[in-house]
Amino acid sequence: MIPAAFDYHAPTTLKEAVALLSQHKDSAKVLSGGQSLLPLLKLRLGQAGHLVDIGRIPGLEYIKEEGGMLKIGGRTRESTLERSELVRARYPILSDTAQVIADPLVRNMATVGGNLAHGDPGNDHPATMIALGAQVVAVGPKGERVIQIDDFFLGLFQTALQADEILTEIRVPTPPARSGGAYFKLERKVGDYATAAAAAQITLGPSGAVERVGLALTNVGPKPVRSATAEKHLAGKKPDAASIGEAARLVAQASSPSADRRGSVDYKREMARVMAVRALTRAVERAGGR
Amino acid sequence: MATHKIKVTVNGAPREAEVESRLLLVHLLREDFRLTGTHIGCDTTHCGACTVLLDGQPVKSCTVLAVQADGRQVATVEGLEKDGKLHPVQEGFWQEHGLQCGYCTPGMMMTSCALLARNANPSEPEIREAISGNLCRCTGYLNIVKAVQYAAAKQKEGVHVA
Repeated sequence: MIPAAFDYHAPTTLKEAVALLSQHKDSAKVLSGGQSLLPLLKLRLGQAGHLVDIGRIPGLEYIKEEGGMLKIGGRTRESTLERSELVRARYPILSDTAQVIADPLVRNMATVGGNLAHGDPGNDHPATMIALGAQVVAVGPKGERVIQIDDFFLGLFQTALQADEILTEIRVPTPPARSGGAYFKLERKVGDYATAAAAAQITLGPSGAVERVGLALTNVGPKPVRSATAEKHLAGKKPDAASIGEAARLVAQASSPSADRRGSVDYKREMARVMAVRALTRAVERAGGR
Repeated sequence: MATHKIKVTVNGAPREAEVESRLLLVHLLREDFRLTGTHIGCDTTHCGACTVLLDGQPVKSCTVLAVQADGRQVATVEGLEKDGKLHPVQEGFWQEHGLQCGYCTPGMMMTSCALLARNANPSEPEIREAISGNLCRCTGYLNIVKAVQYAAAKQKEGVHVA
């Protein structure tokens, strides 16, 4: 399959890239790893007059801790995130997630920023970043702005990014001691989108009760599902089978999956609950809770 | 629509081409450079038949634009054999019967080469994980895993791999 014709631009600075996006507005698309965009163009489900490849801009691929945050460059490849010792040791929920995104070949091209900016509810990083309470940095003609992850996903393939903005960095607050996170995904086969998946990030207090919890679901609604009710239920409680089970039930109840080849609405909601139980349980284990 | 003059190093040799923006890397290799060892399978980023190494990393060349490879190194199955001698991975696929129809084989071998370059002694689960983006509909993967293990053992004997 061959995409419809477009013009390709390979700017070498962010400024130049933003200028191209401003010039071509809605007919331009940012090309990062291209692993979602190119299939869409090939299948002609999407169209672009101009592709602005940000792959030639230096300085957008990094993983570092700085100022109480993990900072991930928007162009960082999933395979780099997956193999990062720092991430594995201190942010295991991110390793969990990177390992189940598409397949190892796709992960050599696919980028963390692209996974978020695409706004696909089937993508895995959105739920993880919500659970972690992340922020994203967007650069546009007026400079840089920081967007809280809860304000980022607006709907199906819709994000808070403007047409002339580029996602340049993801910032994850470094969790305090006694924190842990996990991502569980049910997939029919390697490379598939989730039938349902859950991300959980937990911090335990001195008594062993839950001090902070972030819980979100993948691919069971037009955007990632977060439930304040579910999180409130766990907060302040001992994370045992009963409280975890109830929180998982509450977040699954807040989902709105649609039936497709991966299953019926009821099946997906039930699998979302099961994934949430597993993610919460593993998160508590990693937080040293049992 | 503008075309782009690109320079790509393919299997160590510098190549040039003038390409449309939308030309895919797999088509550049097969149609412009006549390197038809890289196959087109599903053409939808699933099967891995089109796997080549881009700067040493295995990628699906049906999902990379030719212009994205400008200034970079591409390795294809045609580059594995050196001076009439099979690459250990090729030898492994031959000795262990790691193929039946052969359609997935070039991609499977490129992925295997990249694995062995970063992990000289992969476990069976590591091999299976590494090739999980390459689909084979004939073998059931058992002999492919054995082929990679064969190549790893051969590499330990001092044969340079990838």
